[in-house]
Amino acid sequence: MNYYDILFYLFAIITLVSAGFVVTTRNVIYSAFFLLFTFFGVAGIYVLLAADFIAVVQIMVYVGGILILLLFGVMLTNKITNVDIRTGTGNLLPASIAVGLLMGALVSVMIYTGWKVQPGEVPDTSIKQLGALLITDYLLIFELLGILLLIALIGAASIARRDKE
Amino acid sequence: MYQYFYELTGSVIISTLITAVFPLVNVLLVALLGVYLERKVSAWMQDRVGPNRAGPFGLFQTVADFIKMLQKEDATALDIDKKLYNIAPVLVFAGSFAVYAVIPFSSKLIGSEIEVGLFYALAVSSFVVAGILMAGWSSNNKYSLLGAMRSAAQIVSYEIPTALVVLAMVMFLGTLSLSKISEMQTAYFWNWNILGGAEFGLVKFLLIPFMVVGFVIIFISTLAEVNRTPFDIPEAESELVAGYFTEYCGMKWAMFMLSEYGNMFAVSAIVSILFFGGYQSPFGYLGNTLGIEWLIPYEQAFWFILKGWFFIFVQMWLRWTLPRLRVDQLMTVCWKYLIPYAFVNLIIIGIITLL
Repeated sequence: MNYYDILFYLFAIITLVSAGFVVTTRNVIYSAFFLLFTFFGVAGIYVLLAADFIAVVQIMVYVGGILILLLFGVMLTNKITNVDIRTGTGNLLPASIAVGLLMGALVSVMIYTGWKVQPGEVPDTSIKQLGALLITDYLLIFELLGILLLIALIGAASIARRDKE
Repeated sequence: MYQYFYELTGSVIISTLITAVFPLVNVLLVALLGVYLERKVSAWMQDRVGPNRAGPFGLFQTVADFIKMLQKEDATALDIDKKLYNIAPVLVFAGSFAVYAVIPFSSKLIGSEIEVGLFYALAVSSFVVAGILMAGWSSNNKYSLLGAMRSAAQIVSYEIPTALVVLAMVMFLGTLSLSKISEMQTAYFWNWNILGGAEFGLVKFLLIPFMVVGFVIIFISTLAEVNRTPFDIPEAESELVAGYFTEYCGMKWAMFMLSEYGNMFAVSAIVSILFFGGYQSPFGYLGNTLGIEWLIPYEQAFWFILKGWFFIFVQMWLRWTLPRLRVDQLMTVCWKYLIPYAFVNLIIIGIITLL
């Protein structure tokens, strides 16, 4: 076992344990903060996969954007200074069946797909290739995503304005 | 630096640890001297003397304060959320210290020369936001929570103009790596990005006014990101006691102060790397003139730390000169002025770069 293996297991354990706490803890705020460690662990695994740009984007978008939004949502919609924000579980049987099926499908895909294995050198950085791909092969999708985000932004702004009138 | 210690000790872990110690020492020194300087600067601005009892010129005042802080009882309120309350200061400090992993103190003294350095520095500061929210919420105190909310809203909004200026600079320079950006601005001040970069020509002179605009925008927005006056509404003492760290005392409070001063140096460093040549000397190197090669990295570290301290001084200067903004004024400055100007600046720099 070399250092990278140890690091991989460290990040894997962080991800799995905190993800477990996200779903089992009864306090919504705790769930949100455990999500922080899950995102951090996933970012670490991306780094070990030599996907440096994706790892930083993971932190930027998920921790800096989505998690903060989530915390704002939880803190502002509940009674604001109350520590006791709790959740319960319901529909245990159908939920476990659905999750079991999904997990079975994912695991079988993982096992039975003929993954293409190619020996190759790990590139120093992935930004150049990613950027080139985004403005050549995937240009249309890239532009469409931009328009989609713009629509979402305009929609959010218009909903926020309508309340005031 | 890392390479040197790796050859010396032959172990990845030990050399990484030694490389990580230097920025930590730097942060501690910045906090120690920064608090002292802040007191002295505020005293000068208000025509007072400032600390002058402990040691020569009161230099040991912060050391004395630190020793006092170590002995303090860890008093906590009853209704706090214990776990989050204890994690929050650590998370805030971890977020602000993580930036130092990519900051090049000199051409030899850099933690990690990753290609996404600049982007990484912007991204890890989001851990600070999460930590601040954690601190504010777990204190179970409405002033703390209000301070945390204000702080998070402010940091998230001001990240946009920062990112836009950074984007313009990345378009101009063609790299995200902080060490390469510093390297490109060679060792004379007319080669710095604020004066149009190292390439001589028409483009250089066209760029100068827009570089100055970009610098002003990024300086204002980084000032807001580290919660300094005139943008210190998260800890506005006349309205919110002390904002998100109202309920903290002793060493936990010291962690927040440490990360504040660490953040101040980090944003100063990033501004100076982007616009003021990073570790490059303004007048060429003594080591080159005298023919002593090994002197150059030390000179570079000296210039880098000097530039960082200069911007910290400017931040303090502004703090004791300007009054605090209101929340709505704060958001107006960001969304109605800084972001449109940053967008126009981005487009113009892009067009000039294409020329």
